[in-house]
Amino acid sequence: MKRSGAILLFVLVLAIIGPWLSPHDYLSTNFDDMLRSPGLSGLHLFGTDDLGRDLFVRTMLGIRVTLLVAVVASLVSLVIGVTYGAVAGYVGGRVDAVMMRFVDTLYALPFIFFVILLMVAFERNFLLIFVAIGAINWLDMARIVRGQTLSLREREFVNAARLTGVSTARIIFRHIAPNLLGIVVVYVTLTIPQAILVESFLSFLGLGVQEPQTSLGALVDAGVNQMEGASWMLLIPAAVLALILMSFNFLGDAMRDFFDVRQTP
Amino acid sequence: MLLRLLGAIPTLLLVIVLAFLMVHAAPGGPFDDERVLPTDVAANIQAAYHLDEPLPQQFTRYMAGLLRGDLGPSYRYRDYTVSELIGSGFPISLQLGALAMALALLVGISSGTVAALKQGSMLDRVVMSLAMTGISIPVFVVAPVLVLLLAVKLQWLPAGWSGESGFAKFVLPVITLALPQIAYIARLTRASMIDVLGCDFIRTARSQGLGSKAIIRVHALKPAMLPVLSYMGPAIAAILTGTVVVEEVFGIPGLGQFFVRGALNRDYTLVLGIVIFYAALIISLNLVVDILYGFIDPRVKQR
Repeated sequence: MKRSGAILLFVLVLAIIGPWLSPHDYLSTNFDDMLRSPGLSGLHLFGTDDLGRDLFVRTMLGIRVTLLVAVVASLVSLVIGVTYGAVAGYVGGRVDAVMMRFVDTLYALPFIFFVILLMVAFERNFLLIFVAIGAINWLDMARIVRGQTLSLREREFVNAARLTGVSTARIIFRHIAPNLLGIVVVYVTLTIPQAILVESFLSFLGLGVQEPQTSLGALVDAGVNQMEGASWMLLIPAAVLALILMSFNFLGDAMRDFFDVRQTP
Repeated sequence: MLLRLLGAIPTLLLVIVLAFLMVHAAPGGPFDDERVLPTDVAANIQAAYHLDEPLPQQFTRYMAGLLRGDLGPSYRYRDYTVSELIGSGFPISLQLGALAMALALLVGISSGTVAALKQGSMLDRVVMSLAMTGISIPVFVVAPVLVLLLAVKLQWLPAGWSGESGFAKFVLPVITLALPQIAYIARLTRASMIDVLGCDFIRTARSQGLGSKAIIRVHALKPAMLPVLSYMGPAIAAILTGTVVVEEVFGIPGLGQFFVRGALNRDYTLVLGIVIFYAALIISLNLVVDILYGFIDPRVKQR
């Protein structure tokens, strides 16, 4: 848990300050310096790509973009999931049954294909990626939050609030929601790698982040096209992506065990 | 069981309506990005594909075609219907997916069981760390790295698909597809096997002098497989998503490749048709899993 956290912190700090330490930027091309292998010469630590752009800076940019998309998308899913789950759990009865039946239905859908459909139908932009990824990741959150809300609903402080005439909406957002914090934090840690996965999958297929911006998925895609001559273009972003995903998964798992959250209510 | 069957229909309908609306809500028509056409030509094209009709009418037309298995013409692959394209791509994807699933079940269940029996040992820890790694690393990272290592550098296996014959061309794509599922199934199996091995009926069996192997085979395996069985639905969806990547990386002319090409070329009817096809497939396979579950675990039926 500590190790994963430390790795993530290191990657994050590197991604933020890294580009400033390099004399290169992410979009200037240099046709005299294409496909240079990693090393200290010319200060291209990770080498250059087929357009002569510095891969160290591009990888750092990729990490930033990937993490940004993942965090914002997870926040979107958090807002939807917590609201939905808390309402279903608190209101209960038939409303709850219908709402959770709807979630079950959505579970059966191949969401990733819908996201691709969305990307095809509309102009590809950042905002859409956030919303699309957030919209597919809220289901788990909704289930967990509902389960937790069911038990919170019976607690004295909620009864007290109800008896003093506090409105349902206010009870849900002021009394129930804050008490869900622990679980929500654990699950966000597990949602972030899923969001990273979706974003990099889309970018890998050429449907996500567009040039000259980049993300780790887009870098892996570019690396695949050059892998026979320039294997570093594939291996470096692939390794970084794997490292980030593994750290998040280990961290999330450890936190779940630590807080002892049941996966299925 | 009948109720479940009926429950699947609205789900499928929801998929169709959502997908249809999404495609038709797109700003600009499918033929906009080519050079500017004279207005009457553009109008003719619109009329030929019935794009000039009001949306409800288009939807009725699409649904009527769908019921007959007709998904309309492809916008980009001239002279092909979407149904023909699906028919040519799907058998290849199905082969890949089925092989990957079989491999994942075989390796996942056996390694999970071994890890559960030797819980806490070095072997257990190695298997579980490998499993975590397998879950974390996405298919589109594993696939090119394996190609680079085993096909480009060591030249043990073919990197591509076309021009290759025999079983060798299946090896890398199937392994790539199966890896994350192996990892997931191994973790599930280990957890549920540990649960089951702690049960009273296993203790009874042991006290009667049954050996470890017989206990696993006769008593523990079946109840321990229930979580794995309920994971089959998500696993099928994940493998389908995986085929999209694997076919792209290995240049396999399956359904996934059509899907990606269609998406990049804005071939609306093709993408729409494949999404509906995938959804119908996943929903019906989920249904099969549900029904199987009822047979294997009769307690479920009573709910």
